[in-house]
Amino acid sequence: MPKGRFGIYGGQYIPETLMNAVIELGEAYEFFKSDSKFKAELNSLLKNYAGRPSMLYFAEKMTKDLGGAKIYLKREDLNHTGSHKINNVLGQVLLAKYMGKTRVIAETGAGQHGVATATAASLLGLECEIFMGKEDTQRQALNVFRMKLLGAKVNVVTSGTQTLKDAVNETLREWSRRVKDTHYVLGSVMGPHPFPTIVRDFQKVIGQEVKKQILEIEGKFPDVLVACIGGGSNAIGLFYEFIGEPNVRLIGCEAGGYGVHTKKTAATMAIGKIGIFHGMKSYFCQDEYGQIAPVYSISAGLDYPGVGPEHAYLHDIGRAEYVVVTDNEAVEAFEYLSCIEGIIPAIESAHAVAYAIKLAPKLNKNQIIVVGLSGRGDKDVASIARYRGVEIYE
Amino acid sequence: MNKLQQAFANGKAFIPFITAGDPSLVITKELVLQMAEAGADLIELGIPFSDPVAEGQVIQAASIRALSHGITVDHIFNMLRDIRKTCNIPIALMTYVNPVFAYGIDSFLRNCQETGVDALIVPDLPFEEKDELVPFCLKHGVYLISMIAPTSNNRIHLISKEAQGFVYCVSSMGVTGVRKNLGSDAEKMVKLVKEVNDIPCAVGFGISTPEQAARMAKYADGVIVGSAIVKIIEQYGSRCLPHVIEYVRMMKNAITEGD
Ligand SMILES: Cc1ncc(COP(=O)(O)O)c(C=O)c1O
Repeated sequence: MPKGRFGIYGGQYIPETLMNAVIELGEAYEFFKSDSKFKAELNSLLKNYAGRPSMLYFAEKMTKDLGGAKIYLKREDLNHTGSHKINNVLGQVLLAKYMGKTRVIAETGAGQHGVATATAASLLGLECEIFMGKEDTQRQALNVFRMKLLGAKVNVVTSGTQTLKDAVNETLREWSRRVKDTHYVLGSVMGPHPFPTIVRDFQKVIGQEVKKQILEIEGKFPDVLVACIGGGSNAIGLFYEFIGEPNVRLIGCEAGGYGVHTKKTAATMAIGKIGIFHGMKSYFCQDEYGQIAPVYSISAGLDYPGVGPEHAYLHDIGRAEYVVVTDNEAVEAFEYLSCIEGIIPAIESAHAVAYAIKLAPKLNKNQIIVVGLSGRGDKDVASIARYRGVEIYE
Repeated sequence: MNKLQQAFANGKAFIPFITAGDPSLVITKELVLQMAEAGADLIELGIPFSDPVAEGQVIQAASIRALSHGITVDHIFNMLRDIRKTCNIPIALMTYVNPVFAYGIDSFLRNCQETGVDALIVPDLPFEEKDELVPFCLKHGVYLISMIAPTSNNRIHLISKEAQGFVYCVSSMGVTGVRKNLGSDAEKMVKLVKEVNDIPCAVGFGISTPEQAARMAKYADGVIVGSAIVKIIEQYGSRCLPHVIEYVRMMKNAITEGD
């Protein structure tokens, strides 16, 4: 496969103004990824700052209650800043620093990637600006304040649908204004090459740890891995180490919103078509003339009209399955996990939990499901309360 | 025969950009016809796109206005057929790659050929990805225009060697939009292009005043002006015609005087 391609997907479809920036990034990454000083510093940050390895937790009550496969939760919610986003961000911000950049910019949907970027920037001493859709700043108000507290400037994006895709547009525009001293910390396995590869490499630690942990606990591989899909970074992070293990099923959960038969959905693989956008060839929700469709999900982090190119490829070759989980199912799973295990998941992660709830009873008791619990749900408590008709203020 | 060379045959070329369907396709058609009369040498016609990442606020807003009227690629081709009944001015379509891809690349370019479109400008299709369109452009006799930017440096050589029609020199970093101060990069860029390819160079991004245009025209073969015109259209809406035409005359004069 040519560099930066996953089958026909991927590529570098960006304005010429940014081409040398992504080429420079690719070269720097190729160099530093095997540089012993870089590797040691990143590993130390992951261990001592982010709190890795994250736990692989046996959800015993949930398993009993569902009466089928054993359910394990990969606890990315316990990482510093509360999600898997920190894995990628520490890698990229450190890389930016090694490249001599003094400023980082990033898009954010749920605010988790923005918070993680602001955190890493403050730790490593880089200036930081975050772009966030206006609608998301409202449903994730707490994270906006958190980013400011961490010393980042938060730019409210009022163009388009005022959500994640527009935040990406605006961050790309800002990068093209100022590439020399600035690195764009892309938050998922998307965008132009080399981002899908870099982000996957920084996230694959999730699956590497799972492999080790499950072998220690169970002495065998899991039967199924389940993760939610926004751009797809926590999912590919969990899946990657197991792609070569054909007996391990890989299941990505897309955000169905009100359902795929409605317009209020963000289930890209289910309703999207192949297209070219945000620097990559992949699947996108779009109309017949190639205008990118407004998408919807209760979850700001999954509210994106595209999906990373490696997932598009895994989908086409049939290696991974992609399923749809609606708002309602996700909210029910959010409440279920909180009650039964005392773990409040991010509403994004609740999409994966919801599918595991459906799947577990259909499997037998010696089978194993590992659910990627990509983040914690504190940020979502107020919006879930509102979903249930309780007006609380953060 | 491709009419693009015509654009650079009478001195410095003035190249206005407008978004198709803003404020309406009827006005777009009139704008094309009257700008051609007023001295425009090549018209860059933008296909509105939902997420134009290389565009500043002015052209973003024009895209949204056009899309909110339900403008599609098919409407635009129909308008072009209409224009071609009476007007032969060279036309370049500016479009993001996804609308072309969704339409079907071959059908899109066949329509371009049929409607006398001479060139395509696709800001999110850099040199490395141009083979997505090039075979179809060749088949249908449409030039795919190469862009170079102030950050292109070592790439200018590579890009220019394979450039066809003209080279679009992006004179400023960032996105489209009117700027007070233009950098001095464009002059260097044009020189570097000409070292490897004897091809017309048009400079765009940020130009709005006659003085800026005249300065650019000293070393470039053409001057592209977008946001400044789209702003006039935004301000006057369906009454924009006389204002745009007056502006086009003034700009064409400004770049011709120094000739
Ligand atoms: C907790 C959490 N999980 C998942 C996602 C979705 O992103 P990805 O698909 O890249 O993992 C987000 C994005 O904001 C998130 O915050």
